[in-house]
Amino acid sequence: MMEVELTEMLDALNQYPPFSEMQEPELIEQMVHEIEIQYVRNGESIIVPNTINEHLYFIRSGAVEVLSTKDQLLRRMEEGELFGYLSLLRDGKVSQEIKAIEDCLFYLIPAHWFKKLYVEYDIFSDFFELIRENRLRTAIEAQNQNSNQDVSLMTCPVKSLLRRPPISIEDDVSIQQAAQRMADKRVSSLLITHEEELVGIVTDRDLRTRVIAKGLSYDESVKVIMTEDPITLDSGDFASEAVMKMMAQNVHHLPITKNGKAIGVISTGDIVQKESHGSMYLISDIFKQQDVSALQAISRKMTHTFTQLVHADANSVMIGNALSRIGTTFIERLLQLAEKKFGPAPIPFCFIALGSQAREEQTISTDQDNAFILSDDYDEEVHGEYFKTLADWLCQSLDQCGYPLCTGDIMASNTLWRQPLSQWKSYFSDWIQNPKPEALLRSSIFFDLRCVYGEQSLARQLTDHIHLQTQQHRRFLSHMSRNANQRKPPLGFFRQFVLDGSGKQSKTFNLKERGIAPIIDIVRVHALACGSRKLNTMERLQDIEAAGILQEGRARDLAMALELISMVRIRHQTEQIDQGLTPNNHVNPEHLSSLERRNLRDAFHVVSRQQEFIKFRYAGERS
Amino acid sequence: MLAKLYDNFRQDSNQAFDWHDYYLTQAQTLPEGPLKRFYQAGVPALDTKLADSPMLALDLETTGLRSQKDTIVSVGSVTMSTKRVKCASAQYWVVNPGARLSAESITIHELTHSDVEQAPPLSRYFESILEAMAGKVVVVHCAAIERQFLYQAAKKLYGQDLFFPILDTLAIEQKVLKQRSLLKRIFTANTSVRLDACRQRYGLPRYKAHHALTDAFSSAELLQAQIAHHLDADKPLADYWS
Repeated sequence: MMEVELTEMLDALNQYPPFSEMQEPELIEQMVHEIEIQYVRNGESIIVPNTINEHLYFIRSGAVEVLSTKDQLLRRMEEGELFGYLSLLRDGKVSQEIKAIEDCLFYLIPAHWFKKLYVEYDIFSDFFELIRENRLRTAIEAQNQNSNQDVSLMTCPVKSLLRRPPISIEDDVSIQQAAQRMADKRVSSLLITHEEELVGIVTDRDLRTRVIAKGLSYDESVKVIMTEDPITLDSGDFASEAVMKMMAQNVHHLPITKNGKAIGVISTGDIVQKESHGSMYLISDIFKQQDVSALQAISRKMTHTFTQLVHADANSVMIGNALSRIGTTFIERLLQLAEKKFGPAPIPFCFIALGSQAREEQTISTDQDNAFILSDDYDEEVHGEYFKTLADWLCQSLDQCGYPLCTGDIMASNTLWRQPLSQWKSYFSDWIQNPKPEALLRSSIFFDLRCVYGEQSLARQLTDHIHLQTQQHRRFLSHMSRNANQRKPPLGFFRQFVLDGSGKQSKTFNLKERGIAPIIDIVRVHALACGSRKLNTMERLQDIEAAGILQEGRARDLAMALELISMVRIRHQTEQIDQGLTPNNHVNPEHLSSLERRNLRDAFHVVSRQQEFIKFRYAGERS
Repeated sequence: MLAKLYDNFRQDSNQAFDWHDYYLTQAQTLPEGPLKRFYQAGVPALDTKLADSPMLALDLETTGLRSQKDTIVSVGSVTMSTKRVKCASAQYWVVNPGARLSAESITIHELTHSDVEQAPPLSRYFESILEAMAGKVVVVHCAAIERQFLYQAAKKLYGQDLFFPILDTLAIEQKVLKQRSLLKRIFTANTSVRLDACRQRYGLPRYKAHHALTDAFSSAELLQAQIAHHLDADKPLADYWS
């Protein structure tokens, strides 16, 4: 007899994980020789509860449905997928029914092979990890390995830009001695200290403009030409802060301090080297533009910045952060221009960003959501016209810069959302004390608010008010929880379809509406409950975890689910951009890899469970 | 010509041919040897339910289609029941046909001169093949080919007749196609009874054709599908074999 080669079976198995990921071809080949094959007609049950299962089933062709003991649809599976492991991990005891929904051909892998591979090979057992949260963790870890934490100035600490200890000199030296020191050390800036305390800085430019150009004697004290009490930055600040400061103050060197001591200097050159994807250039460009049409022109670079960040393996937090900063910068610059155009504001005001921009979770192509909080000095008769003109112009300009007008009219141009602080407070009091279902959905966006321009204190006072109200009217939380349950994530995928719990199958689904928004909603409720002042969902989750509202690890599960779903959305939008399409949130499962589908299914599961939990957690809250 | 021989052989012995009786006679009258042992192993009783029948799916690749001139180049087999096909039982033999392979046949089964040159002659393996078949009902797609070539081979090696009952997936499919409603017959284009075409009608995956072992699996799975859809596994085997 010839050696028996079961090529058809082997090739089929090796096409799909976990077999495709395993490094032991001989072992799998050995296993294939013990496979049994079974044909099952559409409509017949393959495994039924309360029996003993002895095989891991591989779907060679056809499809099956998994049903709970209550006959509830749990998932559908197709070619290349495996089932039966749940019972194998419990001594064969079957608890879920598996039913053919098409004519099927199965390869049956004996239980002893499953157990052997499960015990001996991590790649194999990881695949069958029953706890979806653990599986999600593995997925995120794999993603993080690729993700470049240093990719963005937005998120890397300023100290990561430091290349050497600072070069300094005491302040009792002459200009020439200082210049000599700079030449020796080949630096373009020199810190001046007095008894080791930082008192000033001298740069190449100072030597040029303050010494040579002015014909100053080189023997003069260095104190004459140094910039006194230079702007510094703490070593823990983000590098982006450095850029903002340098641009705002028009300086090219910035001493970095730690516990008050200078530990180095960063220059614009350091920034340029670091910055490869241009988000900082874009921000500095925005500040340089003098009118709306110029801003509109550079707003087209945003797509490029976005794709560059993605290609540099930034994670969703970095991308959200960068895009939100860019968005904020457009607003800041436009308001600066507006104040030149329409004159300074007659009374203090605060321009607030709402929703994703407030949470610093903006993506490419997001509608504008914004509002004005005006000082209580506001007098409609006197000031109404000014702020109306300002708001209309601003919202229209933002629209031209790639931030489309909000379809729900949640914009500063809407009189309702251009009100003095006292009015805002009564809005919130009403929403919180008399929650109405239809108003809730809309109002949830207002609970994420961030001052972008103007009087910070107005936004802060409003936030204080919101938190106080929430603490006093806990019933509001139960309404918010119900609200957070309105948008349900899909059950999973089947073939090219999205599968719902009801068994309904659709072609595409909105990843934002059904994956990201539900998480944000859940987290917002917990954040309000624990009094967190954070806006960013990931940061809120840290506060929630610290407050101990959720069971150990659950906050992290939500963070992982959010990161995973967000990255799928980001990749989806990048692909659309590459294809010349307008990026949106509608994902077609056909374009997802099997790994993405699996990870998404796990993430959706986490969201569903947390939606359930939140209903129960705040159900009993009373005013 | 051989098909005719087999028909005569069946007709001689009436409609309800008693395979059991035939096996007993052969077992008693044949001289000692592999063939006698094959018949001694018997055949499932006539009233054995299809569901309880031990079966062997079999396929041959040959140098051509004329059993008297052409010979076997490879044999594949796998045991099965109505519910399971067991990979562990799969067997595969490549034999030296003792003649040049025609270019035409090479393109079909993809076995080359050098593949078969090294292989032993069929005589070396025939006993093993008979052992695999012993006591089981043979399942093939298109009974005539296997029947003729195995008959011819036994005749050449032992000078004796080799007849055995077969579950023919092709014959079953023809019957199924004939029994379809008029509407279905008019509106379904696919009425081919080639192995691959039959498999597609049952949603079975596409396998590479004309490899003796793969084709044996293909027929095995096809029979399972035919049973699931059209046959009654509780009926006696004798209702379906030929």
